[in-house]
Amino acid sequence: MIALSDYLTFSAILFGLGVAGIFMNRKNVITLLMCLELILLSVSTNFIAFSHYLHDLEGQLFVFFILTVAAAEAAIGLAILVVLFRKKGTINVDKMDMLKG
Amino acid sequence: MKIEQVVFYIFSLLAILSASMVIFSKNSVKSALFLILTFFATAGIWMLLEAEFLALTLILVYVGAVMVLFLFVIMMLDVDIASLREGFTRYLPFGLGVAALLIIGLAYAVGGEKFGLNVITPLSIQPKVASNIVALGTVLFTRFLYPFELAGVLLLTAIVAAISLTFRSRSQRIAFIASKQIETRKEDRIKLVQFEIGKKNL
Repeated sequence: MIALSDYLTFSAILFGLGVAGIFMNRKNVITLLMCLELILLSVSTNFIAFSHYLHDLEGQLFVFFILTVAAAEAAIGLAILVVLFRKKGTINVDKMDMLKG
Repeated sequence: MKIEQVVFYIFSLLAILSASMVIFSKNSVKSALFLILTFFATAGIWMLLEAEFLALTLILVYVGAVMVLFLFVIMMLDVDIASLREGFTRYLPFGLGVAALLIIGLAYAVGGEKFGLNVITPLSIQPKVASNIVALGTVLFTRFLYPFELAGVLLLTAIVAAISLTFRSRSQRIAFIASKQIETRKEDRIKLVQFEIGKKNL
């Protein structure tokens, strides 16, 4: 029988890998978006594990809504990326200084 | 060791290895493909947790729609990968340190003494009345009907936003105009040049 802590540790490792990816690939926006997907996946795994062990369906419903929001976020993020590439010709994060912030 | 433990360790090892390949691989296409592998392995783990509907949704929605969109964008944009990888080695120790700190802290927080088998055990020994999809649908269409409809509106907003962001109007498109092509005469395009024979023209 698998303990709840195993699932939670697994998703903690996935979360850590996602955060490390954000730190390391800080110039490539596409990889940043993929690391965000990784982090959302680990959080969803947490929800489903707790839903299984507490015998409560609401965790799974939460994951359902996370999937919806993540799909919308990916679609809009990639659309913004395409527009940015058309305007600037690059997707380097360092070159996005049009607002002079 | 029981069979489900073996399945769990295989799937989690696969997911962790492919997730680390996502962040370490040089090519964006390769990292997208490894992310697909991560999704498949995590769907297997969700199956193990008896969330069949969500596991299948993860494969259908993520692998079938979102990751195909990612691959489409990666291949459509002509990205110079070498310039995007500049700071990678510089930030590598920092990122690995942060990841190690996070993983150690989280693993301590959710470790065996707080969420182990002697503290909490799965309740699914009793036979289930309905399947996972029936149970999810029943709750989704009664108690969670309002959030469900909000999610639909959110998806509609995403569709409208994505289309209006990337839409090019008629003046911005490169389109040919048939009447102008037909009206063009030979004199407008062709220029006849007379060469003198015997001289070097080049």
